[in-house]
Amino acid sequence: MKKHLAALGVLTMTAVSLAACASDPAETSASGDLTVSATDSECTVSAAKLDAGPSTFKITNKGSKVTEFYVYAEGDRIMGEVENVGPGLTRNLVVDLPKGTYEGACKPGMIGDGIRQTLTVSGAAAKPLSDSAELKAAADSYARYVKSQSDALIDKTTEFVDAVKAGDVDEAKALFPVARTYWERIEPVAEKFGDLDPITDGREPDAIAEGVDFTGWHRIEKQLWVEGNTEGMDVYADQLLDNVKQIVALGQDAPLTALELAQGSKGLLDEVATGKITGEEDEFSHTDLWDFKANIEGSQAAIASLRPVLEEQAPDLVAQLDEQFAAVDTELNQHQDPATGEWVSYDQLTKKQVKALSDVVAALSEPISQVAAVVAASA
Amino acid sequence: MSTDDTTPAPGLSRRKLLGAAGLGALAAGAAGAGAGYVVADEPAPAVVADPDAVPVPFDGAHQAGIVTPAQDRLYFVALDLTTQDRDSLVALLKQWTVASRQMTQGNDVGKLGAVGGSPYSPPEDTGEALGLPPSGLTITIGFGRGLFVDADGAPRFGLGGQLPDLLQELPGFSGDRLDPAISGGDLAIQACANDPQVAVHAVRNLVRIAFGRASVRYSQMGFGRTSSTSSAQVTARNLFGFKDGTANIKVEDRQDVDDFVWVHQDDGPAWLVGGSYLVSRKIDMRIETWDRESLQGQESIIGRAKGSGGPLSGGDEHEAIDFAAVGDDGEPAIGLKSHVRLAHPDVNDGAKLLRRGYNFVDGSNGLGQLSAGLFFIAYQRDPIKQFVRIQRSLAGLQNDLLNEYIVHVGSGLFACPPGVGPDGYWGEGLFA
Repeated sequence: MKKHLAALGVLTMTAVSLAACASDPAETSASGDLTVSATDSECTVSAAKLDAGPSTFKITNKGSKVTEFYVYAEGDRIMGEVENVGPGLTRNLVVDLPKGTYEGACKPGMIGDGIRQTLTVSGAAAKPLSDSAELKAAADSYARYVKSQSDALIDKTTEFVDAVKAGDVDEAKALFPVARTYWERIEPVAEKFGDLDPITDGREPDAIAEGVDFTGWHRIEKQLWVEGNTEGMDVYADQLLDNVKQIVALGQDAPLTALELAQGSKGLLDEVATGKITGEEDEFSHTDLWDFKANIEGSQAAIASLRPVLEEQAPDLVAQLDEQFAAVDTELNQHQDPATGEWVSYDQLTKKQVKALSDVVAALSEPISQVAAVVAASA
Repeated sequence: MSTDDTTPAPGLSRRKLLGAAGLGALAAGAAGAGAGYVVADEPAPAVVADPDAVPVPFDGAHQAGIVTPAQDRLYFVALDLTTQDRDSLVALLKQWTVASRQMTQGNDVGKLGAVGGSPYSPPEDTGEALGLPPSGLTITIGFGRGLFVDADGAPRFGLGGQLPDLLQELPGFSGDRLDPAISGGDLAIQACANDPQVAVHAVRNLVRIAFGRASVRYSQMGFGRTSSTSSAQVTARNLFGFKDGTANIKVEDRQDVDDFVWVHQDDGPAWLVGGSYLVSRKIDMRIETWDRESLQGQESIIGRAKGSGGPLSGGDEHEAIDFAAVGDDGEPAIGLKSHVRLAHPDVNDGAKLLRRGYNFVDGSNGLGQLSAGLFFIAYQRDPIKQFVRIQRSLAGLQNDLLNEYIVHVGSGLFACPPGVGPDGYWGEGLFA
């Protein structure tokens, strides 16, 4: 699955309405309000032809699984997304769509490519942007991605922390990789804040070497998996949530520039190559593949935000990136249970499987390392 | 890295200034030789020109690195192709050829090199050879069976019909303990130089160019060439302390080179004519046990004197071996199971090899012993009639006495295409 966000004027808001406005797809153009009826096997948008400009999608989840709704442009560039729509809930997504062809997708269970429907938008073409405006648009688009991920990160970290403090080991273990997924997707943001990153995501040997207390995600991970309890974890849990909130707030005050996000797209792959491939990130839980996938998704999101710039400046590079991202997905996704979304424990992978993952990541890292120079040349 | 250009680029000299200095030194040396030593004139001290400043030619009928003089250092790497696409393989071979031509001539890889590109872009060249001379660098490529067919024998890259008959898996030999992880490979690169940093730089940059198309299977560093390929070179010693390669084919033996190294028109396939087969064997040596063997024991196992390298039948290093000679005890002077006898052409239907091996030490094994040995490399016209013939004679505890002290742990067989012209690329005959 691909989770990136690029859009002009995306707003997500939770609606309390439980109204189920199911209607058949209309062949007539519609503007303004649309409804999306999502079940575990169907995704019905009330209109397939739209007018250019802002549209509001009202997504109602009539299924039994938590779902997501996306509007994709070509190359799975995300124009807008709403995550975490629980069964019975309705949420709204406002997207400003220029003329073009898009796809609406529901993702019951929040995995896979989703159930898709083509959306054709006609009307006035979007005004072309100047180069620097394109870079600004890319940075804005990524900032919106960070916002959406940050919200989910705080939600899921809160749930994780609550489970730890309640002494619910099984629940905490189940939430650990899920909450970390949102963290790992936007890791370049956290890494901007030098002192917060190590106390939140540091490893035990480094803490020992520095002579500081071992804290953060991995401190609690160790207690859960090695000791099988949550004793003494309350203080670390509270501190984790505080730090995550602080990083999110700082990140929103200082959004990444286009160049930083180009570098971040590479940084995320470096994370994979140095931390995940070796299985040292989640050494106690072996949930590395969740983080692995999240790093790849975060990198892909950064590239998606930059896509209009890259397509103009280096179309061959875009083709190469698309091909290599697809190759990574193919190699990686075979280790995920399509029904539950669970990933194989990293210690279960054979040497050969790890080598295959390493090869596809290396193949993607080479073209990714060229992106920053293209962005710098476009400024 | 962006090496989408496959046309030869002149390249940036990584050593422009130093190169000029090298030529100046040559001139000074020549002048010094002509002039007598005159105290009053205080002539500049005679500077010996740096032989490493003169590159080994890259283009030619045969690849460099086979009969060209053996350098001091080796970095050998075997790769597996991760791409299945023929065009992408061709592009890789073209880019490798261009980059190798640049590096062997002492230039940076790419048009902009190590420090000339965009500050936001990773440099085209990795840079650790900046300022270093060509150092005799040669880069030699070989194709494994896996390039042509997969494990089930199905053709790859449309090359099934081009597979040479002789490019089979080598047969097993008694005593082999081969580790598949350090054996085989679809492609092999032998980078040799007099400076290990230059050899590493070459392999590192070629591997980098290949990301997404080929992935390293194993690599091996070697030092102290154990063979001489020219009569102008002294015979070096292996880690057993013996001169190794005394009887090697030398480039000066034109007939031998022609008969035993290069693939002929009649041998086929056409794309390989002018090329050669490379056999690699990683041979672990039981160093500590060997060191406890008496001098006499060591010499009789090898069949040569340790100091001079001369055969135990008498004479200096290059004396012809007299296998009929008998010692004071009435036994053959050159033991029936001595290494030199069993490896000799006389007992192997005349087979000879061009050896180009290197010593290696891969640290230690945790038991207080060195992980050391010989990375054996041999070039030949026909691996069955040459390497396999000789190894059958040597292998097994019933044969070569040396087998008590060595074990073969890695193996490879590669078909090395002929050399290229200025606009050619390695393996071009395969895709014509």
